[in-house]
Amino acid sequence: METLILSVVLVGYFGATAIWLAYLLIQQERLYRYGVWVMGGGWMLHTLDLILAVMEQGYFPGASLGQALRLFSWTLVGAFLFLTWRHPIRVLGTLVAPLAALTLTGSLILPQPGPVAPLLQSLWLSFHIATALLGNATFTLAFMGGILYLVQEHQLKSKKFGFFYRRLPSLEALDALNYYCLTIGFPLLTAGIITGSIYAQYTLGSFWRWDPKETLTLIAWLIYAVLLHERLAVGWRGRRAALMAIIGFLVLVVTFVGANLWLQGYHSFESFVRQP
Amino acid sequence: MNLVLLGINHRTAPLEIREKLAGGLQDLYAGYQELRHLPGLQEVVLYSTCNRVEVLFTTADPPETVPRVQAFLFNLADLPPEERERIMYIHQEGEAIQHLFRVASGLDSMVIGEPQILGQVKEAYRLATQQHATGAILNRLLHKTFSVAKRIRSETGIGCQAVSVSYAAVELARKIFGTLTNKTALLVGAGEMAELAVEHLKHYGVSQIIVANRTLERALKLARRFGGDAISLAELECQLLTIDIMISSTGATEQILTRDQLKRAMRLRKQQPLFLIDIAVPRDLDPEINTLDNVYLYNIDDLQGIIEVNRRYRQQEAVKAERIIAAEVLKFLQWRESLAVYPTIIALQEKADHICQNELKKTLSQLGPLSPEQIKSLQVLTQSITHKLLHDPILYMKRNHHPKDTSREINYIRRLFNLDQE
Repeated sequence: METLILSVVLVGYFGATAIWLAYLLIQQERLYRYGVWVMGGGWMLHTLDLILAVMEQGYFPGASLGQALRLFSWTLVGAFLFLTWRHPIRVLGTLVAPLAALTLTGSLILPQPGPVAPLLQSLWLSFHIATALLGNATFTLAFMGGILYLVQEHQLKSKKFGFFYRRLPSLEALDALNYYCLTIGFPLLTAGIITGSIYAQYTLGSFWRWDPKETLTLIAWLIYAVLLHERLAVGWRGRRAALMAIIGFLVLVVTFVGANLWLQGYHSFESFVRQP
Repeated sequence: MNLVLLGINHRTAPLEIREKLAGGLQDLYAGYQELRHLPGLQEVVLYSTCNRVEVLFTTADPPETVPRVQAFLFNLADLPPEERERIMYIHQEGEAIQHLFRVASGLDSMVIGEPQILGQVKEAYRLATQQHATGAILNRLLHKTFSVAKRIRSETGIGCQAVSVSYAAVELARKIFGTLTNKTALLVGAGEMAELAVEHLKHYGVSQIIVANRTLERALKLARRFGGDAISLAELECQLLTIDIMISSTGATEQILTRDQLKRAMRLRKQQPLFLIDIAVPRDLDPEINTLDNVYLYNIDDLQGIIEVNRRYRQQEAVKAERIIAAEVLKFLQWRESLAVYPTIIALQEKADHICQNELKKTLSQLGPLSPEQIKSLQVLTQSITHKLLHDPILYMKRNHHPKDTSREINYIRRLFNLDQE
């Protein structure tokens, strides 16, 4: 049942990818709207799948890389749909949909974990996972906006206008996206760190252990803190803000994937699951 | 019935003649009154813009009517006949439809794809309908024209991408700022192109205009025109803190702003983006300014370059538009041909009735006195024979077995029954 639902969700995300790629090429307004419907429908089913999983287990399924990726693609699409409603940047869908589809594919390919360690079977931990992943999703959107900003800015500065010039929104809109994502993502990431360390104190007896994942997250948090501060204080914007958003995101990617694959620590996914 | 389009445009006639013809059509009401009394003219629409004067009409007898319309058109321009022939074009049927479609979608304009012409044709059509000058054919043709023009606008790129310096500036500003509302523009110096650009920016939402000039008097004059404020050139650097867009077009021989000045200003304005347009020759602004973050500097060559690229793009798109037009012309001609079926059916029925009446008259005179009932039944007899005989041919025409070649088929039927009395 669960695989069936997820397969339909996957078809939806890939479908939205195809529709938005077509929209990017031929710029027909109605294609964009179809894409939103397909994506929204897929996300609803994805939500249903998540509710079923929580009801079955009593906590968020985020203990393996596969499960975390599945949750991440859900938060990414959710964040994007929210953004589309508040602050529409249409071309962003063409980047979000394939990323969501690919992460979900990855989660389905990766082996399903065995039973989760009792330490992690907690609803309180679900808050940690949810806030951290929502923060990651928001910063992913900021990263994509940053890439688009650099492309558009390059065209305006070099005065060579290519395929993307007409298809990308104004610099102002992309910069506003950066700020918007920062103001939402930063509190979420902070909340993720705080809930995590409270849980660590409660279960392991210390707030902070300088585990690779914790250290890298702190670096990313500092990058975003600097960006937010400089934006407000001296008006960093445009190119610099876009670059910072890109660097911050790269650190987050290393934190999320790399720390689990290359660096060992109590925070890595392998240690979460009881070995059979 | 024939569709004819007759006119002159910017390619065939010089401005003086276009002016004279258009001047003669100032009072369109009188124009339509006069046209309506031309014998042979059925439906008519006439339109004149600064680049063209054209009359579109339907007539049953073009060789008779065209010279009359021509005389009406050249009424005010005193031209020798051979000169008239040289500058005037006459299109009929498919060519006339194609010409109208091309005009309305801006393919026949001086600047390809310019949008005003469609509005002008619409307005002309509105006037024509007010004067009850149009009928079934032209109503349908004009409505089709508007939908073809709309389709071309949405399916091809002939209308997008700026082809004038001032509009290119607006487009760039919109790619930088998104919306132009609540933005402030500063005009330094004066000049036709710069003033037009300010005009455009204002039209697209720029809310405040500031004018700086070497002489305050000139600045004040321009500021009044745009409804803005005037400043002197000495205040330029501190004005950089309040503006978003600057158009520079002074006659100064040296640069009026340097990179360092801009760098300072950008820090003070907290990196709010600044769009600088330098259309002066020699240049007013240091080209190095463009290397600063969040400052976008364009000079006249940059803008001309954009326009050149856009113009070529529009020409490519025009090929697509021509294809759409060719297909739509064929469709319209098919509709016209389908109309021809009904007159043929009526002619056939009339001919049959005519024969009945004649033959009945002859027979009755030979038979001698008959009772009214007998006469009545003879009439019914002849009528039902002809109706039954014609039933199948009429059904055949209505069913339209060869829609692609209706005209040939109708021609065949007309010859078969000798409907045109050759």
